[in-house]
Amino acid sequence: MAEATANGLGQHTLHGVQAHDPAAIGIAPAEVHQEHPIKLYLVVWVWLFILSACSYLVDYVGLQGYLRWSLILIFMMLKAGLIVAVFMHMAWERLALTYAIILPPILVLVFVAMMVFESEYTLLTRTLFFGAEP
Amino acid sequence: MADATLTHTGQAQPRPTGLQGVAADWSSDQRAFKNVSWGKAMMWIFLLSDTFVFGCFLLSYMTARMSTRVPWPNPSEVFSLHIGGSDIPLILIAIMTFVLISSSGTMAMAVNFGYRHDRRKTAILMLLTAALGATFVGMQAFEWTKLINEGVRPWGNPWGAAQFGSSFFMITGFHGTHVTFGVIFLIIVARKVWRGDYETGRPGFFTSRRGRYEHVEIMGLYWHFVDLVWVFIFAFFYLW
Repeated sequence: MAEATANGLGQHTLHGVQAHDPAAIGIAPAEVHQEHPIKLYLVVWVWLFILSACSYLVDYVGLQGYLRWSLILIFMMLKAGLIVAVFMHMAWERLALTYAIILPPILVLVFVAMMVFESEYTLLTRTLFFGAEP
Repeated sequence: MADATLTHTGQAQPRPTGLQGVAADWSSDQRAFKNVSWGKAMMWIFLLSDTFVFGCFLLSYMTARMSTRVPWPNPSEVFSLHIGGSDIPLILIAIMTFVLISSSGTMAMAVNFGYRHDRRKTAILMLLTAALGATFVGMQAFEWTKLINEGVRPWGNPWGAAQFGSSFFMITGFHGTHVTFGVIFLIIVARKVWRGDYETGRPGFFTSRRGRYEHVEIMGLYWHFVDLVWVFIFAFFYLW
């Protein structure tokens, strides 16, 4: 029950768990429900709308080059972070679960780096054997 | 059985937090995810594996786009719609994005009302989520029809690199399939909530296990993941 009050909001409750026989439904008594104020979800919802509108505007205004790519990535990461942290409640889970789920996808970046080298090599050989860019 | 790890002194021992907590949880030779039920942990691990599936799709798209000598079709023009006498770039995709984000919002509210045992509001919000999801799939079907009529095929298209079609159908097709299955399961869980299965602990039809309101949250995890994948597809495929 120590985790139940560990977050700053103090909104976790355990009601519902005691209502059933724990042995019959096979849960440990220390499990907590993710319950937070409705207002928090509405605020995040509004922010997701704003960020989506911003990323659409990047295309609508017609920004190009590094400014376009960095803005796309920034808005994407902010949206993804809000969804995972608040909607999926990752912000209130213990770090053991957070690290187990968040760290492996970051390792995909190694794969990305490998494929960048690979595709640059493919492009080089294509240019060498099929002539210059059309 | 689940209680075997705890000594009943009336109050549970406080667990270490931070990095020490990670080490303690993982090295305890017991369950690593201390306050998370097996159902929620398994959904997270499924979502992690699904992340790799979509990660590989986006990677193959990146590789195809980086390694071709032929110019890539401009998605801003390809996905524009002719409304009111002018072409509005990416407008359908923007509307689809807002529809999916709205469905994520209603789902988050449904989880909240589920834990408050408000059956009516939970079921209505879940059905609203399912309706928004079905709208999304319908708009995607419209988009596919439009592109196929314009001559986009997995092996070629009128505007540039042939890999555009195969990447597009592969990535959006798999995402649309995920949304479709999500809608089906949303309706199943909403029916269970409406009928009061989670109040009475009625056994499920397939596993015969008793359900709890946590099922709504686990369903929500899947649905938010579908929204999450769309955030990445929107950024990398449509905007890049």
